[in-house]
Amino acid sequence: MLQIEQLKKSFEGYQAIANANLSVPQGEVVAVIGPNGAGKSTLFNLITGHLTADSGSIRFQKTDITQCTPHQICHHGIGRSFQLINIFTSLTVFENIQTAVLAKHRLERKLFKPAKKLLREETLEVLNSFGLVRYKDHLCSSLSYGDQKVLEIAIALGSKPKLLLLDEPTAGMSPDETSRIVQLIKRLSQDEGLTILLTEHDTDLVFDVAQKIMVLHQGETIAQGLPEDIRSDKSVQKAYLGETEVC
Amino acid sequence: MSVNTESSLKTTNRKIHNLLGLGLALIGILILLIVPTLIPPYYSYLLATIFTTALLATSLNLVLGYGGLLHLHHGVFYGIGAYTVAIILTKTSWPFALAVILGPILSAALAFVIGWFCVRLRGLYFGMLTLALGQLVWAIVYRWNALTNGDNGIHAIPVPDFLTSISSVYYTTLLVLLVSLLILSKITKSPFGLTLLAARDNPVRSESLGINVKQHRLIAFVIAGFFAGVAGVLFVLLERSVAPSLLFWNKSAEILIMCLMGGLTVFLGPTLGAAILVLLSMIVGLYTEYWLLVLGLLLLILVLFLPQGILGYICEKIKGRRQRGGSLDASN
Repeated sequence: MLQIEQLKKSFEGYQAIANANLSVPQGEVVAVIGPNGAGKSTLFNLITGHLTADSGSIRFQKTDITQCTPHQICHHGIGRSFQLINIFTSLTVFENIQTAVLAKHRLERKLFKPAKKLLREETLEVLNSFGLVRYKDHLCSSLSYGDQKVLEIAIALGSKPKLLLLDEPTAGMSPDETSRIVQLIKRLSQDEGLTILLTEHDTDLVFDVAQKIMVLHQGETIAQGLPEDIRSDKSVQKAYLGETEVC
Repeated sequence: MSVNTESSLKTTNRKIHNLLGLGLALIGILILLIVPTLIPPYYSYLLATIFTTALLATSLNLVLGYGGLLHLHHGVFYGIGAYTVAIILTKTSWPFALAVILGPILSAALAFVIGWFCVRLRGLYFGMLTLALGQLVWAIVYRWNALTNGDNGIHAIPVPDFLTSISSVYYTTLLVLLVSLLILSKITKSPFGLTLLAARDNPVRSESLGINVKQHRLIAFVIAGFFAGVAGVLFVLLERSVAPSLLFWNKSAEILIMCLMGGLTVFLGPTLGAAILVLLSMIVGLYTEYWLLVLGLLLLILVLFLPQGILGYICEKIKGRRQRGGSLDASN
């Protein structure tokens, strides 16, 4: 579904992405792991068009999206959530999702129809599936951190992506909230067949949910494959986990 | 209380509030319709000035309040709308209706050109570019003697007979204001308005949801320019003269202060701000020449004590009271 080849990106001489290669098959959960500063978020920003690559290619469903802008990439079918909560703070929970749903249907420029009457059912459906419907009229800034993180993912789902990118979905969460997100990822993958690409520091979570793992070290792909292969890969253990074995 | 009962109560409350709002609006309009028959013509002129300025300020707020863009030179579109009508009516034999239509269209076209450059920038850089390009337009109007009559402006602009009396101008400006406010209100409540708010809150997130933020902001800029042009046309009907000061930066600063004074987050905030500022400038003008000094003091008070604006403050208080009422109900 997604093919990344020899991707490079530098910032004023610092090579953030040196040679990234990744293949994401349809319907699978793929995780990108690596120590801090490995270039995971940069890679995500390159895939979603928030940064432009210096060289290399990103192909999504056989279309080259390397030079596309973020809004064009979204319309190709790639949605993303962010590492830090990135929601529309002055809008209600309902409006947060509705904004995504309207953009998906390319209705965001309708000038004279009242927004509150448009695509209501579809918006409520997304809210329902994330257990957020009871908060629909609340300002999203009044939600708890965990609920805001769920809303963060729900907004991305509002645009009905074919590939969902989750940038550290459990960052800063309590164990209970983390397990809620894990269940959510499993449901999206198993029940709804969504293809997911995620970065995560929590290796237990990664090995629990991912069917394929790519290891990024100093901006370079040093390994990718099945979780059990990654677990036993010597170069991964050396580069990413020191000499300790992946548990 | 069951969820269903609570939700139906909320719906009933909302309906009552909507009806109350509609009733108050109708009473207000009725009063405005009767007023010119009860007051001296000068006060009708003053109210018509408020209507014109209110439209100008509300059009700015689409970009400033809803779009979150620091637009520092909105007056330029007001001036171009006014000058277009003035030039057509004094230098050509084109019909009046065409002049009135072309005013806002040319303002919108200029807004497209200026906006096309500005939406590429953010924050203060956006503001500085609007200011620079606006002043450039002012300089052209100021220097192009052959077309604009330079710093003398254009006076004694001929208007059709039915618009010569102050009461007819009053009703025209009132009608245009009400229709324009209705359209602008619909726009702010539309998917376009919602998306504009989303892009204001978080442009990066909006882009990743498939929204072309630059284009969206450009459309808002053009709409605002169009309605500023409409206000410019009303100005000509009211004053029958134009001068380059309409396009000078301090006019734009005044409009900005009107929006801040009324409240950027409330649709009718700029209308209130315009009413207060027009009245104050008239009253202060009776006693001193230093209106700008008073304006500066007002701005200081506003920034220090009422950053959300007057109507913004009132709405916040009402909302707070309702929420407190709601939580008391819940605890009972």
